[in-house]
Amino acid sequence: MLAESLALSAALFTIGVIGVLTHRNAIIIFMCVELMLTSVNLTFVAFSRFYGAAGQVFVVFVMTVSAAEAAVGLAIIIAIFRHRQTINLKDINLLRG
Amino acid sequence: MEPHYSLFYTFHFYLFGVIALASAIAFVTRKSPVAAALWLVNTMFSLAALFVMLEAEFIGVIQVFVYAGAIMVVFVFVIMLLNLGAPSELAQARGKWWKLAAGVVGLILLAEIMVISRGGLPPSLVVAPGHNQRQLEELNAVGVIAKPLFNEYLLAFELTSVLLLVAIAGAVVLGRGRAVRAR
Repeated sequence: MLAESLALSAALFTIGVIGVLTHRNAIIIFMCVELMLTSVNLTFVAFSRFYGAAGQVFVVFVMTVSAAEAAVGLAIIIAIFRHRQTINLKDINLLRG
Repeated sequence: MEPHYSLFYTFHFYLFGVIALASAIAFVTRKSPVAAALWLVNTMFSLAALFVMLEAEFIGVIQVFVYAGAIMVVFVFVIMLLNLGAPSELAQARGKWWKLAAGVVGLILLAEIMVISRGGLPPSLVVAPGHNQRQLEELNAVGVIAKPLFNEYLLAFELTSVLLLVAIAGAVVLGRGRAVRAR
């Protein structure tokens, strides 16, 4: 089941990338990032059957980092919304070249 | 190298894989944030089932608790707080050359994955057959993760606590709104 897991992981990661590139809603983009992180977790778990349990320890770390990222990211989204009354990334283009 | 799997196992593995993939596609094509969040929860649940089938039972449970439980609830909560349920438009794709370039890059990456997956694993890194099973009987499903976590990876574990503290402080400072004047 290693090849199937890796293929599914690659497909989910690609879907996440497509979401980040096509959506303009900051919250949906954040959810796409979470999907990408989870798909990498699937790779770790699939490999941990052959390389030993260290892969599962890394999954724990990835989950911690993604939880921290979600907390800070959503706080940033709330701060932006207070400031601009929108989270549409089309309207938040101060750094656009 | 891989053991033989029963038809029952294979069927359910493919079933949950297809559910995960279909939910992810439904997730990424939704324009309403609430519908997208619920489809993503579905994806997370079926991925948890896959984790359990891949002999990572504890990770599967944590996946349900942390991702499907905590993180997605926070997302839905923020959508509710900011009243963002209205659907939003997608980005306009650039001209046809950009689309063509994106397709070519995607094909190259796919070919790379094919080549790598044909290479096989280096045998010096692979654990002996039955090693995971023995460890699972010796320590239990939690101990398999806890033992390396608190021995080899202790420093990384402690640094994670610093990261979480910084994230809490950052979230509070950012979410508080106006700066409180120092007395």
